[in-house]
This record gives sequence, C-alpha cells and structure tokens, in this order.
Amino acid sequence: MLFRYLFLLLVILPIKAFALIEVDITRGNLNPLPVAVSPLAIDKNSKDNFKKILKKENLGSEIAKIVENNLKQSGLFNPLNKDAFLQEPDIANLKPRFEDWNLIKAQALVTGKVTFVDEKLRVEFRLWDVLAGKEMMALAFTTVPSNWRRVGHIITDKVYERLTGEKGYFDTRIIYISEEGPKTNRIKKLAIMDQDGFNNKFLTLGNELVLTPRFSPTNQMVTYLSYFRNLPRVYLLDIETGMQEVVGDFPGMTFAPRFSPDGKKIIMSFAKDGNSDIYTMDLENRIVERISNHPSIDTSPSYSPDGKYITFNSDRSGYQQIYVMNSNGKNVKRISFGNGLYGTPVWSPRGDLIAFTKLHKGKFYIGVMRTDGTGERLLTENFYQEAPSWSPNGRVLIFYRETKTNSKGEGFSAKLWSIDLTGYNEKMVETETDASDPSWSSLLSN
Amino acid sequence: MNRSVIISFGLHTFFVIITAMSLPFLAKKPIDLPPIISVELIQITDKTNIPFAPKARKIIEKVKEKEKKLVSEQAPPKKIKKQKPDAVPLPDEKIEKIKKIKDKKQNPEKIETEIKQISEFEKKELFDSNNIAALIDKSKVESAETNKKLDKVTQDQDKEMDFIGLTLGEEDALKAQIFGCWSIPLGLPFNENLLVRIKLQLKPDGSIIRSEILDHARMNRPGQGFYKVLAESALRAIKLCQPLRVPSTGYERWKDMQLNFDAREMLEG
Repeated sequence: MLFRYLFLLLVILPIKAFALIEVDITRGNLNPLPVAVSPLAIDKNSKDNFKKILKKENLGSEIAKIVENNLKQSGLFNPLNKDAFLQEPDIANLKPRFEDWNLIKAQALVTGKVTFVDEKLRVEFRLWDVLAGKEMMALAFTTVPSNWRRVGHIITDKVYERLTGEKGYFDTRIIYISEEGPKTNRIKKLAIMDQDGFNNKFLTLGNELVLTPRFSPTNQMVTYLSYFRNLPRVYLLDIETGMQEVVGDFPGMTFAPRFSPDGKKIIMSFAKDGNSDIYTMDLENRIVERISNHPSIDTSPSYSPDGKYITFNSDRSGYQQIYVMNSNGKNVKRISFGNGLYGTPVWSPRGDLIAFTKLHKGKFYIGVMRTDGTGERLLTENFYQEAPSWSPNGRVLIFYRETKTNSKGEGFSAKLWSIDLTGYNEKMVETETDASDPSWSSLLSN
Repeated sequence: MNRSVIISFGLHTFFVIITAMSLPFLAKKPIDLPPIISVELIQITDKTNIPFAPKARKIIEKVKEKEKKLVSEQAPPKKIKKQKPDAVPLPDEKIEKIKKIKDKKQNPEKIETEIKQISEFEKKELFDSNNIAALIDKSKVESAETNKKLDKVTQDQDKEMDFIGLTLGEEDALKAQIFGCWSIPLGLPFNENLLVRIKLQLKPDGSIIRSEILDHARMNRPGQGFYKVLAESALRAIKLCQPLRVPSTGYERWKDMQLNFDAREMLEG
C-alpha cells in the first residue's frame, strides 16, 4: 500500500517543465551564395601532355574557370576571387582547411584533380560544405581531352543541382539564326554553340532563308523552317550526325514548327485556304492532323511538358492573345487579359509557367504567367525583343533583342540575351555574328 | 487500521504541500502594471512667455531650497574630493559645479538651448540654473523610482516567462539575424512541403552546442533531394549566424530551441 502511494506520488509530483521555444523562419536572403572554386590540381606529366594536345598551359585552371564563369552567370552564386585563396589546389583537394575557406566567407568549395590517363582526360572533383566542414559530393569523369569544356559544364551542373535542388542547364547548347549584312539583304544561317557562347558552328551556308529552329526535348534533333524556291519547308536535322531530312512542304505562311514533349510529333501553324490554324504532323507516318479550327489567325503553338495541353496565340477576340486548349483542340480558353498584344507563348519545362512576348504602347516585353493566366510578370522591356526559349530546368529564358545602333535609329543590331525568373539577372550571350530565334537544348549529359 | 489512516493522512498532506509549492501559477499574483504616464506636448513659447507672478516666485524658491539638497546629495563623491580641502565653496560656485556635473550627464546642447530661451525672456532673478538642474534631478529620482517599480514587474514576469517563451522583441531580433544568414536555394519546388525543423542546444552566449534536424530520415528518402538541400541550407544559416542573438537573461528558458525554416513563402512569391 505504501509503495503504491509512493509510486503515485512520483508520477503526479509536479515537475517544472519548460515548453520548447519554437521560432518560425519564413524569410531568407536571395543573395548569391559565396562559393570558392579552387583551380583543379594537375601533376607535371599531365600538364605537359595536355599542353601538347590542347595547347592549354594549365588545364586544371581552365576547367575551374569554366565552372566559375557558369556559376557566376547563373546569378545564384558569387565565386570568390582566387587571389584570396590561402590553400594550394593540390592540398585543398586532399583535405581542405575549412578555417581558411571560412575566413574568406566561402560557404561552398569546389576542389579537384586533373590527370592524363591512357590518352584520356580524367577529372575528379569534390564539393565541400565549408560551414559544416564536410564533403557534399565527389565524382570523377573520364573522356577524350577535346571534351574538356564539357567536363567543366558537367561539374557546374552537379554543383548547381547539389546546392540549389534543381537540375542545371550548363551542359547544353543553343541553336539560333546567325545574321549578317544589311537589313534589306540579310544572310541568315543556322548556327549552334554551347550555352556559354563557345564552340560556335554554322550548320547551313546561308543560301536559303532559315527561320525558327527548335530543339527536340528528348534528343539532339532540330526542326526548322526554310524557304526553298520561296516555298516554306520544314526540316529535321540530327545535330550528332549532321543528317537532314525534309519533313514536308506546306502551303501559304507556315510558322514555328516545334516538337511534342515525346519528340514524336511536330506542331506548327500554316495557312490553308487563307485561314491560319494549328496542325500536328506525326513524324513516323507523316500524317497531318488539324488541331484548331477557327476563322481567326492561330499561330505559335507549344505543348505542355506532359503533352496534355497546347498554348498558342490567336486574334479570335479581336486582339492577339494567349490561349490554352487540350491537345486534341477541345476546351479552348483565353488566359491573357492584360493590355497590349501577346504572342509566342512557350510552356516551361517545369510545367508551371508560360513565357510570352508582349507588345504594349510601342514597347516589347518578355514575361511569364501561370498556366491559368494569373501572376503575369514582365521580366524585361525593350525597343524590340521576342521569341523566348526556356532553359531545360525552366529557370532561365533566352530571347533575342534588336537595338538601334545609333541615336538616329539608323542601322540595327540583333543579339541574344538571357534573363532568369527573378528578372534581375539579365545578360547578353556573346555570339560571333548578329543572332536571333534562339532555342535551348535539353541537357547533353542526360 | 490506525496505521493506514496515519500513513494516508501524512502522504496526502505531503502531496498537497508539494503541489502548492511547485505550481507557482496557483499563487499567481495579478500582473502589477506600471501606471500610465500622460505627457502633454506644448509649445516652448507657451512656457517661456508665462508672465512673472509674485506667488510663483515663492513656489519656485521653495522648490529651489528642496532641490538644492537633492542635487548636493547626488553629486558624485569623486568630484567633491577634487575640491580644495580648505576652500569653502560659495553658493554660486557650488551651483556652477553642480551645473557642470549635470552638463556632463545630460545632453549639453539641449540644456544650453533651454537656458538661452529662458534667459531671453525672463528677468535675471527668475533664471536659475540650479532650479533647472534640480528639476532634471527630480525627474531622475522619479524615473529611478519608476524604474524600480518596473524592475519589480519584470522580475515577476520573468518568472512567468520561464513557461512562456521569447518576447516578441527577442523573437524578432533572432529572426532578423537568421533572415540575413539564410540563403534560400532558389531551385526548390515551391509546391512541396518545404518545412525543416531544427532543434538547437545553445550556450548562454548564443553559440551552438548541438543542432539536430528533427525529420532527418526524410533527407535520404528517394525523391526528397530538395529537402536535403533545404535542410543543409538551414544548417549553414545557423552556423553562419552563430552566436545567435539570444536574450541576455533567462538562459533556462531558451537553452533548447526549435527553429522552423519554411521556404514556401519566399519561393511562391
């Protein structure tokens, strides 16, 4: 009985308990993350070999520069100045002294090693969390030495994905129309380059007018429009093999062929009997199917990533606006209701947004809106700009912009520009010539 | 039978005493709120243009006499030591010295302006720097008393706050500090559950003894890569921010703390 009482007493005995304090952190900063990219260590033998093959003095430093430049261009990272680094690359790669990197305010550190093994380039790299003092990732790649730039891009993609939570967009290419000569007699060629502007190649000679090249979302195929003897023709081009084929000749004005998400169809608009509508063509059996049927002008179709919906622009309301319909052409809904004219809608690879060009009061805007038309945000404004194309991760848009070359408005220049969804990180993409109509490829390393 | 009754009685008494002693809220006194002090804002000219009245003079002189004592009592002993031992300070000199001491304590410019304004409008005999100093001192004494009273309230409340948590000001200071340290990974999908709960054990100076992600298992779950990225960014923020801006008192109440990092608001916007 006594024990029962004592037990009860111990259980009920009030103990002074402290409630755990909870603090909700709902805001943070959007400043670029300070990251240190240490030059990749390289031994003397490998250095000499790569110097012979690639004519590069220090391949380790060159690859680190690519990573650094990519991270900086993304706007999400702030690569720190190498002059402030206290640790040598070879030692940092083995075991970083985190106190040294902490001292220069680095939150992440990239180290690595480059070696020449069996006539091949082997690159090891490690990503470190400086504040936690631990390794976040370690990978190694082996490839032919000529692929050294791609290795830099792949490393950036891995670092980007590990630190931001979304896939990168650096090991990608951009196809565009290279333009030269006066506006009245413009020579237009199909050209391709890495996303950072390097490795530029021309794919056509410029004898024929080429327009609107678009990458396939699944592989390295491109569809584009070319005028052969003044007739519009849709082509398919395999970037890897260089093989090209004619998909078909189409009547009247044909615009903007684009792949379906599975890469099996091409969607485009062309004018039949004076009425421009949206059509698809099955690439296997070449059967053309009419999707929209309306007396108005329907153009610029783009599939949603799941292939269930199509966005396009139409003037059926009296003014050019953006619409969304099912992939079979049913259930057409207008989604843009702002002032001005809307065009070139492109569905984001993430599926959450539609990018567009807007013309309002004589100015062109590149903007985004949700797929139901809400949340319209204009990212950039200029005298003339259009044709946005999404990066494969749906974070960055590339478009082209024409600018007056002098104050009188004489002459003009067309260049490619990129902007991210924040609207703050706007940058010109360097090209050898004037450029227009860009299209971003999917990740090459997927 | 009797033995059982005695044991039962003894244990019940013990239980009641323990309960009464260790549950302070049972004996909670009503919170003693400080009285509201009403402050009337008036134009300075209204005050300085008050016509001189003989009745007022008597009142001022009375106050002067009272405040003289107060001022001399409050003068710092060191200053007095510096005076020549043989010299007996004249009343005027004494006033001068007191004024100097007060000048050091208060904002000198402000006092100067007040003196100037009064001296322009009032007769010489009405102006008395000692009076001003005394009034200032009187207000100091009053404010000290009020502070004492407030301190009492704070101590009482502090006991209660052991069970309550951080005050709004303390919480805001901590939040503001962490906001600056947390670089939100912008690539995260905004429609997912983006809440990371981290339990901290803190030192009295706000530095971290231990940090623990409460839903750690989720970090390695397939398809939850974004959660890992978010959790790591939150841990980086805590490490970058330490020592955290914690209150200087009441260590017991905040030595264990939970921070809930929620990125949805930022990523949706």
